[in-house]
Amino acid sequence: MRDVAIIGFAQTPHVRRQPHLNEVEMLMPVLEEVRAAAKVTKDDIGFTVSGSTDYLAGVGFSFVMTLDGVGPWPPIQESHVEMDGAFALYEAWVKLQLGDVDCALIYGYGKSSPGPIHEVMSRQLDPYNVAPLWPDQISLAAMQARVGLEGKAFTEEQMAEVASRSRRNALDNPNAQLRWDRSVEEILAEEPIVDPLRRSDCPPISDGAAAVIIAAGDVARDHCERPAWIRGIDHRIDPMALGLRDLGESPSARLAGEKAGVGAGGFDIAELHAPFTHQELILRAALGLGDEVAVNPSGGALAANPVMATGLVRFGEAAQRIIDGTAGRAVAHCTSGPCLQQNLVAVLEGEN
Amino acid sequence: MTDDPHGDVLTAPLTIEYPFKRTTGPVVGAFLTALREGFLVGIKGSDGRVLVPPTEYDPMTGEDLTEVVEVGPAGTVTTWAWVRHPGSKAPVDRPFAWALIRPDGADTALLGAVDAGAIGSMATGMKVEPVWAEEREGSITDITCWTAVAG
Repeated sequence: MRDVAIIGFAQTPHVRRQPHLNEVEMLMPVLEEVRAAAKVTKDDIGFTVSGSTDYLAGVGFSFVMTLDGVGPWPPIQESHVEMDGAFALYEAWVKLQLGDVDCALIYGYGKSSPGPIHEVMSRQLDPYNVAPLWPDQISLAAMQARVGLEGKAFTEEQMAEVASRSRRNALDNPNAQLRWDRSVEEILAEEPIVDPLRRSDCPPISDGAAAVIIAAGDVARDHCERPAWIRGIDHRIDPMALGLRDLGESPSARLAGEKAGVGAGGFDIAELHAPFTHQELILRAALGLGDEVAVNPSGGALAANPVMATGLVRFGEAAQRIIDGTAGRAVAHCTSGPCLQQNLVAVLEGEN
Repeated sequence: MTDDPHGDVLTAPLTIEYPFKRTTGPVVGAFLTALREGFLVGIKGSDGRVLVPPTEYDPMTGEDLTEVVEVGPAGTVTTWAWVRHPGSKAPVDRPFAWALIRPDGADTALLGAVDAGAIGSMATGMKVEPVWAEEREGSITDITCWTAVAG
């Protein structure tokens, strides 16, 4: 295995709507910023890969237009995943393992504001048995929360604590969208919107983008004083049908965590892609993260949820804290699909 | 029209469609055909569990599955979410529950809408039965919703 590290991260401020910028315009400052952060030029980048979804853009092959933002002429090596940018990072990591490329640019972006996001996201579901019913994401997550609550895996108080802490952490994150300080009691006093979920248990609707640069071995060391080395990375998937698995736990997150080396412990922080409060609790249990690990110091997906970039932001936020020396070892995680169906887990570490 | 400091933004309506027709095959097809005829089927998994909706392959082992068996149609709610404000696409036009429902004789659950009237009438473990559409076409929407089994 080649040593590969994250050496730069940039993101937009995440906002409820960004109507005056198209996706390319939203992304361009981020691409410039990430190259500056990693001290690389366009010529240093051997591979470019993005994560986005046509369902948000409303156009087939929408990612091709966004390539204008990176300058694809003369021709570049390029790829795209119809998934969160964190999965694009995984592809880039594999590409670097092949050995012919030393440095890769990854970006993810999404504008959720132009359409009815909950209806749009229902189109990702099983086309025969589920999508024709148009269930929204909040309802699916609420069914999952009830499994955990009635199975006594966690309590409403614990969920409210996640909601409160995430938005309080976001007070220190200028790019976050939901930043507030409310107590667990205040949150528990809210009326549910889809029982048992309250509004505070749910993520905001966001427009935003993020970019990361990774590099191998000495290239990483040359460009970054303290690279965030990817010590392990793994992606696992639970069965598609919601009724086929116990929604109160996440076997795929547990397995991905095992394969990525989370069991060795010693983490200062974890950036977990948990759009709903109870999902953080399910992930903490699946990954075996104790109270000593600071979860989502950025505020997480509950504070900013730019679909298709939210997971990449987790990788970037975790890596940034290693690069700037405030963390030694971190877990970065991204999920995809309904109710934590897919999970990508990585262990990041700085060199002592 | 807008309070955006950058001024009005031109917008146009767009409906995303993926108007493909699919051949559903012997397993998904059997499930959809049964719905048209007003009954439910599942399939036996490698470990003997009955999976509903039926899958073409075992979700754990990947083995091809072929043994279609009738289940339900009544079933048990295994979890649920109460929708206080149904959207325009919701299958029930008053507050209702999304639920995972395990048909009698099955070991897994499928998604359905339970028209229970009030949240107080919902409970995990309650028995429900499908309400069939008058005109059925071989679609999951041939079940318009589920209701509590009387008694």
